[in-house]
Amino acid sequence: MSTVTVTFAGRTLHARDGQSVAAVLMAAGVRSWRTTRRGQQPRGLFCGIGACFDCLLTIDGRPAQRACLVPVRDGMILGENGDG
Amino acid sequence: MAEPFRVAVVGAGPAGLAAAVHAADGGLPVVLIDAGARPGGQYWRHPDPALGADERAGHHDWRTFAALRGALQAYVDGGRIRYLARAQVALLDPGPPFLLHLTPATGDAPPVPDVVAATDLILCPGGYDRQLPVPGWDLPGVMAAGGVQALLKGARTRPGNRAVIAGTGPFLLPVAAAFAAAGGKVAAVCEANSPLQWARQAHRAVQAPAKGREALGYIVALARHKIPYHPRTVVTRVLGDSEVRGAVLAKADAAGRALPGTSREVAADLVAFGWGFTPSLELPLAVGAQTRLDVDGSLVAIVDDQQRTGTARVRVAGEATGVGGAALALAEGELAARSLVAEVTGEPLRARGLHRRIGRLRSFAHAMQAAHPIPSGWTHWLTDDTLVCRCEEVPIAVVRNAVENLGAADPRTVRSLTRVGMGWCQGRICASPCARLAADLTGAALTADALEAISRRTFAAPLELSRVARLDAPIAPGEIP
Repeated sequence: MSTVTVTFAGRTLHARDGQSVAAVLMAAGVRSWRTTRRGQQPRGLFCGIGACFDCLLTIDGRPAQRACLVPVRDGMILGENGDG
Repeated sequence: MAEPFRVAVVGAGPAGLAAAVHAADGGLPVVLIDAGARPGGQYWRHPDPALGADERAGHHDWRTFAALRGALQAYVDGGRIRYLARAQVALLDPGPPFLLHLTPATGDAPPVPDVVAATDLILCPGGYDRQLPVPGWDLPGVMAAGGVQALLKGARTRPGNRAVIAGTGPFLLPVAAAFAAAGGKVAAVCEANSPLQWARQAHRAVQAPAKGREALGYIVALARHKIPYHPRTVVTRVLGDSEVRGAVLAKADAAGRALPGTSREVAADLVAFGWGFTPSLELPLAVGAQTRLDVDGSLVAIVDDQQRTGTARVRVAGEATGVGGAALALAEGELAARSLVAEVTGEPLRARGLHRRIGRLRSFAHAMQAAHPIPSGWTHWLTDDTLVCRCEEVPIAVVRNAVENLGAADPRTVRSLTRVGMGWCQGRICASPCARLAADLTGAALTADALEAISRRTFAAPLELSRVARLDAPIAPGEIP
């Protein structure tokens, strides 16, 4: 097992290679990474298997990615997705 | 156009893996398309080898999976199966030949062919947790029970320290056991129904002894980890401001309504809900497969004794024919492939044992569904501001208004008037509760037609606009398959 480092909203997070982006965030205690566009409510991981699209975030500049499906990679830049 | 594949198998869970391998055993060229990075589906979800974890940990019947995976790899190496991982079918054109328009499952996934063509389809799309709205279910820290299991099995990551696991069905038990085994505290397992109902169906459980052993294993695990198991108990509210800090539990009557004076708060940072499973029906519906309501009220594809739908050259296997678990999915996937092979080769189909196994497992599945219904009184715990649709943030009051004052008599009209089911998930999460709600409010019965009307999706996966622009592009000779 090797460790990787990613950046989330300016924070450096350490992760295990082979985790999903959602797993990395949850393991770091980050429970939400998006706000809804109507109620401005926080959202994070819900269905966990790619069906609900609640866990969307910007990954390496690409918006609206499902954090539960994307494997983490060293140096990834994870941002909050404001447009959900 | 290059020669189409003889058969496209969609989904590499138990049903799809069995279908692909048995079709290849019969000599057919196969393309296997799956959204996952590794075969196995949700049931045999296992970690990326990079994680260095024991991939078998927490799994049942891993030997069956290992054998199927080995066979798949051999056929991939030999060129008989083309396996496209991390690919989703976004659009399915009627056939034969059927055109499957593909997209990478995520933005970072490697490119996949835009289109593959196939003469036959075996659709094994699986399913996901069924949900019911409850006040506070949109708070971070509320998850689908299957999502918790996926994190534990796939990433060896525990999404909380103290969990309440609620809903109905035998699946709550393995989730609780896995969470505890990973070092978490399970504050409560809340089963809305009564296990006595299970016992009444015991004569059917005896027909599936492996299931009985599995259940016994979970009961032992619950006892070992001192996990409180509460039958006839529901979560009526999830507590928290910006994230979960607890849940309100209440004893329930037979209809699932909270009994007065029985409410209590339990601290938790994770609340996991599962109310059985919802099959993914987008692709069967896209090719005109007929549907029915299963015992559990799920919309499922109608198949005959060879897994054939009413649409020529389309077979469906696994959860999409009725939620029944991995053993049934395996048997159906095998039957679908062997029936197709028999048809292509003109050899007789010898499947009496397979049919018997399917009949036995289906009977067990129906008994389980009957013992764990969605309680008819589930709407009693809703408050006016409870969201029905999480994506479009539509509260129950808006849905009620559409039915009671605007004349919406069916879920499709409710959707048109309220935007329920029109967001990112396209109703995958809220279609089932919305249809139940519309039926409840109008006093009508839930029907397959009503559910089907809000389960059709033009696109089965979201597409980038640049990919949409290529949908009509002429296909270069030799580009497919």
